[in-house]
Amino acid sequence: MSTPLLEIANLRVSFPTQKGMIDVVRGVSFTLGRERLGIVGESGSGKSMTGRAILKLIRAPGTIRADTFRFDGIDLLQQSERAMRRIRGARISMVMQDPKFSLNPVMTVGEQIAEALQTHQRLPRRETRQRVLTMLEAVRIDDPERVASLYPHEISGGMGQRVMIAMMLIPEPDLLIADEPTSALDVSVQAQVLDIIDEQVKRKGMGLIFISHDLNLVSSYCDRILVMNTGEIVEECQAGELRNAVHPYTRGLIAAIPRLDETREELPVLDRSAWVAQ
Amino acid sequence: MANVHSWLIDDSPASRLQARLGRLYRICGALSRNPLAAVGAIIILVLILTAIFAPLIATHDPLKQDLAQRLLPPGSGNWMGTDELGRDIWSRVVYGARITLVIVVLVAVLAAPAGLIIGAISGYFGGWIDRVLMGVTDIFLSMPKLILALALVAALGPGIENAIIAIAITSWPGYARIARAETLTFKNAEFIAAIRLQGASSLRVILGHVLPLCTSSMIVRVTLDMAGIILTAAGLGFIGLGAQPPLPEWGAMIARGRSFILDQWWVATMPGFAIIIVSLGFCFLGDGLRDVLDPKSGEQR
Amino acid sequence: MTALSLNNLDISYGETQITHGISLDIAEGESFALVGESGSGKSTVLKAIAGLAPQWTGSITAFGQPRTHGIDQHFARHCQMVFQDPYGSLHPRKTIDAILSEPLAIHGIGNQNGRVEDMLVAVGLDRKFRFRYPHQLSGGQRQRVAIARALMLEPKLLLLDEPTSALDVSVQAEILNLLKRLRREQNLTFLMVTHNLPVVSFLCDRLAVMRHGRIVEIADVADLKRGALQETYSRELMDISVAHAG
Repeated sequence: MSTPLLEIANLRVSFPTQKGMIDVVRGVSFTLGRERLGIVGESGSGKSMTGRAILKLIRAPGTIRADTFRFDGIDLLQQSERAMRRIRGARISMVMQDPKFSLNPVMTVGEQIAEALQTHQRLPRRETRQRVLTMLEAVRIDDPERVASLYPHEISGGMGQRVMIAMMLIPEPDLLIADEPTSALDVSVQAQVLDIIDEQVKRKGMGLIFISHDLNLVSSYCDRILVMNTGEIVEECQAGELRNAVHPYTRGLIAAIPRLDETREELPVLDRSAWVAQ
Repeated sequence: MANVHSWLIDDSPASRLQARLGRLYRICGALSRNPLAAVGAIIILVLILTAIFAPLIATHDPLKQDLAQRLLPPGSGNWMGTDELGRDIWSRVVYGARITLVIVVLVAVLAAPAGLIIGAISGYFGGWIDRVLMGVTDIFLSMPKLILALALVAALGPGIENAIIAIAITSWPGYARIARAETLTFKNAEFIAAIRLQGASSLRVILGHVLPLCTSSMIVRVTLDMAGIILTAAGLGFIGLGAQPPLPEWGAMIARGRSFILDQWWVATMPGFAIIIVSLGFCFLGDGLRDVLDPKSGEQR
Repeated sequence: MTALSLNNLDISYGETQITHGISLDIAEGESFALVGESGSGKSTVLKAIAGLAPQWTGSITAFGQPRTHGIDQHFARHCQMVFQDPYGSLHPRKTIDAILSEPLAIHGIGNQNGRVEDMLVAVGLDRKFRFRYPHQLSGGQRQRVAIARALMLEPKLLLLDEPTSALDVSVQAEILNLLKRLRREQNLTFLMVTHNLPVVSFLCDRLAVMRHGRIVEIADVADLKRGALQETYSRELMDISVAHAG
């Protein structure tokens, strides 16, 4: 890999509380090329905060600090809010968990996707429309003309999430951050949506950060995996190597998942003292 | 003191009482960190103390006339001057606090629970009960408050009791609306379903589980409305339909001072100040309470 | 003895009919799962049994007694429900103690103090949680409270609506272990709705696969573990689940 797309060293996200500053991300470092990186962790692990920090979407009074925080050679920490707005969407996009809350209920799907494009590029109307339809087709919507004219409440959850992906991908960003993009969807639809993300990322040669609580899901869709716990990266490995994870937290997580051919009388429970003491 | 503090903020209270007091303590703590709310609370506290200790605070008998001393400007003998009958305005303002407080408390006690219960029943049951109750509420809401109060007082006869009844009747529909809206938001919540599944009667669900969730927004709303209630009461007093002379009601006092507003400004201004300060106090406190009690933002911290 | 028997159950919301002719029998002490995707009507069946979806035809019989359409006190003693979302199923302004005492108060059961204490022990919650408010508890602890509340009336049948799908896997393991232990100790009958087949493997004896409001297949969990479900749709669900597990 030549220059990495994203370089992060010692990232810290802190929030003030009554008991002083609390770090929700504590010294996270990683680099990302044009590859698929999975960040796995349970709630409160700081995985989502890491994703949001990359877009500088941490609301005040939260603060972001880092030794290195570079995207494609741009030092993100130095960027003003205005400059960030040009980066968000155009160069780094984010797909959120639930399409129900991310789509504007009073605009048609087509208008919303077109708007995502026009915010960053001025194009003639006809070309915009053409791009929108192509994009909808790319996310495997069979009848793009019809779907473009629908309102969000008229489409299913899986279709909504595909529309979200279309919206996020139409400005052709270099990096896509997907934060639990399929947790609100049925398992069968989940696979479809992830395949679409996968296909698009591969075709355009984007970087992908896939944030999820689901170890299995992440390991089947990513090249490399970071496991986070209480704000720190406890394990980094290639997706195929997950079964050989060394950290007790990762091993505990894997063991705690019930299996289809389950024969255990009791599931092993994480003993959190095992690694906190280290 | 330190012991009481740690007992109150204990993460693992040992009794229901401690848990409740702890929550109350946290709310008070949050309130005291909000400067405007603290100012509001102090103003209301002063109002209450003034009302209780009026005989001690007042320098004169509020009803005693002394025509030789009429329309004196503020000075060392009469801090706020005297009115056209030679009564000490300071003492009248102090005693007026009692009347104001009585009006405010009685209206709150009459209107808020009525609105709360009607709204909660309406929201919880829905259907035709909702339509009937909200229809009645809308009829009341559609009439301007002051006009309705005027009509009621005119029908019942002037006097402070009737003014209170009139104001209460005009203010419950607002509370019913809020209570209904609040009820609708969590009527289908799982914790309500859970309690129903345990076999609780509708009455028990409404009283024990729905109403406690409406109360905080109701407290906020009532506090914010207090200013309006005081002003309405003063308005009724001003046009002679509220408290009757010689009662030292602030609105009535302004009305009488109106004739001398150019030459003896203090007669109308002093009770006017009292109204403004107390109204502001309730507004500040209400705003602060909203920040602290709002179920969406408070509690979580 | 059959704990629960559904016969030709058609449930509707308003004009829309959600389920079509659901029939199944669950033996006492059995753990039964209803699986399917969202919109399959599996949760609706649970709601109808609980009394939260009163618009149905057919029959529901619990412990030999036909069930009426609404919610009734007598039925509440036999059958309780645990909801999916531990954040939405506890009253935000009541302490854990108040939440657990309420069912006892409704049914006029004495010794509330002792029963609440015992139940906290049974679901593995420390005594220090007793007077806390739900927002001071984690998701897993809340779900323990929800389970405790459902068990306060000592029901024989427990309806579980995706009881672990909102929880982290490590917490899910704890709750699943707890449910398994409680079932053994108190000889409970479970009817669980879930979309997660591995959870079914761990906790249940039999399962019914639902699709578009109909039961596609009823099978033993042993068949599920062996990958030997008969119907095409069931096999599809199973394959997705296997692919997902990598």
